[in-house]
Amino acid sequence: MSEKFDAIIVGAGPGGCAAAYSLAKMGFNVLIVERGKYPGAKNVMGGRMYAHALNRLIPEFWKEAPVERMVTREKLTLLCNKASVTIDFQDEELLVPPNSFTLLRAKFDQWFANRVVEAGATLVSNIKVDDLLWKEKQVAGIVAGTDKIEANMVIAADGAVSLISEKAGLKRFEVKQFALGMKEIIELPEKTIEDRFNLSGGEGAAQLFVGQCTKEIPGGGFVYTNRTSLSVGIVVYIDRLIEKKIDSHEILREFNQNPAVAKLIEGGKILEYSAHVIPETSRSGLFTDGMLVVGDAGGLVVNSGITLRGMDMAIASGAAAAEAVKNAIEKNDFSKECLSYYEDLLKNDFVLKDITTFKKAPEFLQNERLYTLYPEIACRLFHRLASVEGPKRRAFDELLEETKGNKMKMILDMIKGMRSI
Amino acid sequence: MNISIEERLGLVSFEVDKERHIKVDTSVCSECDEKTCLYFCPANRFTLEDGKIKHDYEGCIECGTCKFSCPKGVVDFGYPRGGYGVYYKYG
Repeated sequence: MSEKFDAIIVGAGPGGCAAAYSLAKMGFNVLIVERGKYPGAKNVMGGRMYAHALNRLIPEFWKEAPVERMVTREKLTLLCNKASVTIDFQDEELLVPPNSFTLLRAKFDQWFANRVVEAGATLVSNIKVDDLLWKEKQVAGIVAGTDKIEANMVIAADGAVSLISEKAGLKRFEVKQFALGMKEIIELPEKTIEDRFNLSGGEGAAQLFVGQCTKEIPGGGFVYTNRTSLSVGIVVYIDRLIEKKIDSHEILREFNQNPAVAKLIEGGKILEYSAHVIPETSRSGLFTDGMLVVGDAGGLVVNSGITLRGMDMAIASGAAAAEAVKNAIEKNDFSKECLSYYEDLLKNDFVLKDITTFKKAPEFLQNERLYTLYPEIACRLFHRLASVEGPKRRAFDELLEETKGNKMKMILDMIKGMRSI
Repeated sequence: MNISIEERLGLVSFEVDKERHIKVDTSVCSECDEKTCLYFCPANRFTLEDGKIKHDYEGCIECGTCKFSCPKGVVDFGYPRGGYGVYYKYG
């Protein structure tokens, strides 16, 4: 390849595809490079995407995209060894417009990449970007094996680890910025899934688990319903996992065996296991001379405790990066001063707004009591309320009895919770 | 659903590269008291054999954990060459 591109995008995940799609639609000459056998081959997520960001780019994408189920049922389970308390929220208004979809990345990312190619971008798979080309102090292309390909701009969309951002001199992530996600795809008949989760045809459920499942490590479990499979997994903060010296993969195995989870996956067949790091905080620098960073590569994720979001942030940041590239090309200025427009766009959109709103959430969510004491109190309280053996007390008296000695801590944690999530 | 990590990895598809994509300078590992690599790797690629840390790059699912988590910082993390390594069918 001897031609020079307007932009080269490293990574054909949702962030890279959104950037390439937008740029191609604007008429720019775009190359998108994927190191996997196909787009999605290396990509892992819990299981659900909030629809709003892609809906702006490709209106009503769900009519053609390989989504699994539209989520109408949200469950939150506080988990103890033998007991659990579940909040079950269902809302038909989550259907119109669709709030979120479960999906499988290998299929979905291939679909998105096909749309990118249709829009006019050049996609190459099976190619790993080894290094960056520089023109003076500005990123000016990529090196892949013996190939050197020039471009006005490079967009790093290479996921949570983002070796490309490091090559460009942006600050390396640290271990405390990461969680580790591990997941299994468990096959079950469509009818069984709909019966177990109380779903009508095509509708889906998302269930989050907090408590015993992560062995006192901050994090949580999840089950998402696909059409004929479940995405079942665990997310834990890595530094706390290391501190406690617990085998990461054992946590997932034990999660499967908790009675509340075992009933959901019973009779199923594991089709695939996967794992990946998940950034919990964003990068301080999202751009440098000749380069922009989007999606997980920039740590653009939001964890509010209830909504765990990465794909919508990646897509919106990819689209914003395209706008910033357009602006830079029009001005023929690829300096970081000009590219700071990218950050302005993210600040004016939900991406950096939501990250700022939930800035304190990771710290709050690291509180061990959320995973030990509180689920236990909830389970024991409901046990007291549900069981009949001798004289009964009023619910409020049971609550006072159960929270004895912890009230002050609870109140303080509640205040922190209100301020952060 | 109670299957070992080895059985679980048996369900993952790989195009194994003959080149090693992660290099670990295990000569330093004997001085490491924590040996947290034995816990954090979700594919259990780090093992202890005769008191020595051994890293097996085949079966690595490229999650990135070891890049950030080795207490001695001796994991030289990289990806397999284009087209090689893990390829998820579901993801």
